[in-house]
Amino acid sequence: MVSVERNKNIKVITGNEACAEGALVAGLRFFAGYPITPSSEIAEILSMELPKVGGKFIQMEDEISSMGAIIGASLAGLKSMTATSGPGFSLKQENIGYASMAEVPCVVVNVMRGGPSTGLPTLPSQSDVMQARWGSHGDHPMIALVPNGVRETFDLTIRAFNLSERFRTPVILLLDEIIAHVNEKVELPDPAEIEIWNRLRPVDPPESYLPYKFTESDVPPMASFGEGYRFHVTGLVHNETGFPTNKQPEITKFLTRLNRKIERYTDEIIQTYCDYDEDAEIGVFAYGSTSRSARRAVQLAREKGIRIKFLRPTVIWPFPQKQVEDLARSVRKIIVPEMNLGQMAHEVEWAARGNSDIIRLNRIDGEPINPLEILNLITEMVS
Amino acid sequence: MDYMKYIRRKNFPLIWCPGCGHGIVMKAILRAIDRIGLQKDEICMVSGIGCSSRLPGYVDFNTLHTTHGRAIAFATGVKMANPNLHVIVITGDGDATAIGGNHYIHGARRNIDLTVILFNNNIYGMTGGQVSPTTPIGARASTAPFGNPENSFNISGLAEAAGASFVARGTVYDAVQLDKYIEKAILKKGFSVVEALTPCPTAYGRRNKLGNGVTMMKELKERSVSINKAKNLSEEELKDMIVTGVLVDRELPEYTQNYNMLIERVRETKS
Repeated sequence: MVSVERNKNIKVITGNEACAEGALVAGLRFFAGYPITPSSEIAEILSMELPKVGGKFIQMEDEISSMGAIIGASLAGLKSMTATSGPGFSLKQENIGYASMAEVPCVVVNVMRGGPSTGLPTLPSQSDVMQARWGSHGDHPMIALVPNGVRETFDLTIRAFNLSERFRTPVILLLDEIIAHVNEKVELPDPAEIEIWNRLRPVDPPESYLPYKFTESDVPPMASFGEGYRFHVTGLVHNETGFPTNKQPEITKFLTRLNRKIERYTDEIIQTYCDYDEDAEIGVFAYGSTSRSARRAVQLAREKGIRIKFLRPTVIWPFPQKQVEDLARSVRKIIVPEMNLGQMAHEVEWAARGNSDIIRLNRIDGEPINPLEILNLITEMVS
Repeated sequence: MDYMKYIRRKNFPLIWCPGCGHGIVMKAILRAIDRIGLQKDEICMVSGIGCSSRLPGYVDFNTLHTTHGRAIAFATGVKMANPNLHVIVITGDGDATAIGGNHYIHGARRNIDLTVILFNNNIYGMTGGQVSPTTPIGARASTAPFGNPENSFNISGLAEAAGASFVARGTVYDAVQLDKYIEKAILKKGFSVVEALTPCPTAYGRRNKLGNGVTMMKELKERSVSINKAKNLSEEELKDMIVTGVLVDRELPEYTQNYNMLIERVRETKS
């Protein structure tokens, strides 16, 4: 990390560095991981920085155990994170589902690279966006954030922790190889001014504590192991007590709350950036590093006098359905550029409900989408 | 002693079959805990998936029933986050040495202060009697209908070779010995394994015509030989025997202590 100005916290850093720094500011005190390109620097930095603040770092024997270890540490009271890339993300999925089921806050960073399988370890991709949502089996809620640059990686890493703590749920942070390794000049905020959320703690005495209590907010208060609340945690369907149940009303009640817990707060979780021209006929929906190319293409198109609406979500799960539907009602066509074969375009098409045509622009060769590719498509569509 | 003070009575009846030895191991664990005088709040019990891994649901500690094979991984996180907790891992032969073999090896290598109680019944009981890494060669299982063609693991030997500081093997027949091993294992700083041989008449005994739980326990007794006696026996004489006792008890650096020392060192250098 190169500090370029003394008074302000201005640095030239990579996305992986920003992620590690954001995590520490958010209160990360336990990291478990396994080496994998292009995410390894996050582990390397945290192996250096965590002990300095009394936190713990461990390089586990594999991806699966890294995910298990962060769940264990979170249950014992520490804010926890792991970082990986596609193949490792696949391996973690069972335990990500466990964290969701057992309502254990934790953050999973997936620096996307080309797939499937070992794929393109050093090249960027956005082909894990559906895996982030449905990679783990069963009906589970999911929150996934996608920053489009280094500074936003810092901010969204903190937000990932905040959301995971608030909703007692795993949160996925999707970087890609470009963001992970690009150096950008950023001015980081004073940590004292950053809002940090912590999990709701129980107020009930241990004798009456229910670890999965139905409350008005749908998010049960969470005790830590070792502080007098002796409770049971399982990946089996359980009732309010935390113990397994096979009773049909209890199963439905629990799984409904588990999913509703995120669904009902969708409006608060979703964040989108809109840059809309009046009376535009073309919309562009882009996320992550591709949104940088899209943004540039929109600028160039406007210089040519083309009116455009540009929508960029920083949260893709839950999906910004309303925002996309509104966009679709106001334009004729929506371009969805992405570094995969159209994973998000499916979702956009569903949310558009036939109100506009969805035009896919895909690259799967490990190269970022060039702004001119998007611009050409826009100008073709206008003429 | 009063077992009931450690029991979550409302979760009874147990899922274990008549003749299963798991309840005997559970009682041995509770006796060991009671003798040491550990407080219930100081104990975190972590298990994987399988018959034995249901145990934590029945006892009144901080309890964590994880995914198949991953108990040691979850327990590693718990122990690092709160080294004051006595973390006891409850696992079976399939859970710890097949799907979770990697974590078993690396937990031992790190020598992290966990007490692993490994219920070895030579079979996957919960899923209906499939062959496990400790099913003896030739024995029948639902997925080895013609007899198991594979060699089996010496799981205590595996822990020793991987670097565990304490390894003991006992059987549910010698339940009094078993709780002594467990007591030593809990008190030992480092990765400790107690391999507890326990009969599964339902899924293993029936298929191999070994009789009911009592018969199978008697067989455990007949096949047991203490480590001291075993020293004077030939490999041939030990072939089908179960060597019991404290197999390994050694002083090795413990991981969480090492890590805490690392933190102190780093922070001193920083200041």
